[in-house]
Amino acid sequence: MSTPEGPRRVRVTSPRTSAARRPITPTGTREIDEQTRLGEVYMHSLIQSQLRLALAVIGGATVLLGGIPLLFALVPATRTLDVLGVPLPWVILGVAVYPVVYVAARVYVRNAERIEAEFTEFVGRQ
Amino acid sequence: MSPATSLTAIGLVIVATIGIGLFGLRISRTTSDFYVASRVVTPRWNASAISGEYLSAASFLGVAGLVLVNGADMLWFSVGYTVGYLMLLVLVAAPLRRSGAYTLPDFAETRFESAFVRRICAGLVVGIGTLYLLPQLHGAGLTLQTVTGAPPDVGAAVVAVIVVINVAAGGMRSITFVQAFQYWLKLTALALPVFVILIAWRSVEHPVGVLEALQGAGAEWAEPLSTAGGRDHPLYATYSLLLALCFGTMGLPHVLVRFYTNPDGRAARRTTVVVLALLGTFYLFPPVYAVLGRTFAPDLVGSGADTVVLELPGRIFPGTAGDLLGALVAAGAFAAFLSTSSGLTVAIAGVIDQDLLRSRLHRWTSGDYVAVNSFRIAALLSMCVPYLAFLLTGSLSLADTVGLAFAVAASTFCPLLVLGIWWRRMSTTGAAAGLIVGGVAASAAALVNVVGGPDDGWPQALVGQPAAWTMPLAFITVIVVSKLTPDKIPAGTARSMVRLHTPEAVDVDRGLPQPPYRSS
Repeated sequence: MSTPEGPRRVRVTSPRTSAARRPITPTGTREIDEQTRLGEVYMHSLIQSQLRLALAVIGGATVLLGGIPLLFALVPATRTLDVLGVPLPWVILGVAVYPVVYVAARVYVRNAERIEAEFTEFVGRQ
Repeated sequence: MSPATSLTAIGLVIVATIGIGLFGLRISRTTSDFYVASRVVTPRWNASAISGEYLSAASFLGVAGLVLVNGADMLWFSVGYTVGYLMLLVLVAAPLRRSGAYTLPDFAETRFESAFVRRICAGLVVGIGTLYLLPQLHGAGLTLQTVTGAPPDVGAAVVAVIVVINVAAGGMRSITFVQAFQYWLKLTALALPVFVILIAWRSVEHPVGVLEALQGAGAEWAEPLSTAGGRDHPLYATYSLLLALCFGTMGLPHVLVRFYTNPDGRAARRTTVVVLALLGTFYLFPPVYAVLGRTFAPDLVGSGADTVVLELPGRIFPGTAGDLLGALVAAGAFAAFLSTSSGLTVAIAGVIDQDLLRSRLHRWTSGDYVAVNSFRIAALLSMCVPYLAFLLTGSLSLADTVGLAFAVAASTFCPLLVLGIWWRRMSTTGAAAGLIVGGVAASAAALVNVVGGPDDGWPQALVGQPAAWTMPLAFITVIVVSKLTPDKIPAGTARSMVRLHTPEAVDVDRGLPQPPYRSS
């Protein structure tokens, strides 16, 4: 490889390089480790987001599942309503609840993992 | 039903169980192998094993029996057993795995920094486990009686002996494989006869209008809230049952031990999702047996309803086909008793070993003992109490007794876990008070039921389904006592919260340099 003619390159460095180097451990995890106010805020926000998500699932389950006995109690016609030869309560409790519960679990896991990924990125990157 | 075919099938299940147990023995070496399979079981194996362990006599025989007698309201049993895992998933699965503890008393001790709370938890694990083992032994006795006419003691003794041998020989690692195998066996045993019946009816003329059992006059049992079978206050009972099952699952000792075998919190969640799919598939079948039973085995409504799953194949197909299907179902039932009892025995033995036995053995033998032997003795002890209780109690509805174990768990471990994981101002005194109040109330109700309680009206409803009042009582006790004793909030709560909730990818100080393996 041929080098063009001209003055040699001079590397310009600061004498304070080492002093200015950033710490290796991300500050986010250090705040948590040292239990500073900021670290507590990080943890609090993580726990609150996960709790809100959990309560949303429980709330949905309470309304949907808890509503079923109430529906049967308040609207007696639903107890014997015929769905393709099978009474409605048997369709709901025997079959329909299971896929709904499974889908709810899938949605929950996706969201819980998203919250954790955001938290990991946030405290790891500071 | 031909005893020879069924006995052969049951024999095969036992041989397979012990065989897989022995395969496990070769790789079980250290104490941590015994407890949690060294936490290297993959989610798919683990989900099959969790489901295999969870589907007990109550699910395999009891649900169909209860629906047969009491009708649509009992469908809530299988719904509740499944939704319990959804609640477990959203409230405790990942944090519990991240807690780094491997039994419930371990969790309580590290979270609340108290040996006293630990001892209460140890007692509750033994109590709930015994209450749950009891119907397994009854189911085993019932199955062998139905198949061969042998007295119930024989079947119970067979299951008790095999479980103790298997657990003592291989511990947790081997039962992971045993239980994964047993889930698929149970599903096959329950599903195959249903499919055979459907196919047979397609080829010939539909022999009876089976669905008529569900419709019109004379189908009062098929309606929800019908008080068929003589249960008063069905709306209260339904809600109370649902509460017990939804929030009791997370507090069952054998379910918790299983979760520690996940490699991390994320895997614990994903495993639970697979479990929900496996359970949902299984629970499609018991109601089918109940509906068929209304047509083909109406005499069982009066007595012996829990045998409907065993009786039905032989009644629909007299002859060889019925014999073979009946044998398959009997084998599946035995798989159910063996797997659930193994899981419970591991959980109870772990607690007896750590909290009662090991320190004493150490003293008596002046340190000259092997830790694994202590676990083996504990396994034997943990089967003795339920077996004695089995000999003393009469016939109980399988699913009802299991329901009581759920109610005790929902009133004790559920508040401990849920508030312990999500509420940083929970105090140690609050934890102890909640366990004691909830435990005493729910155990008293359970005991009254086992001994023989009130027969009708509100007393029967409140004692028969106690969770609706015992569980809120326990939660309120924890919250009120914790508010009154703010100075008893554990000093390490902040660190515990970090440990429970931070994803493994984040490199933080979790307070425990390594999981608290006590031995080795």
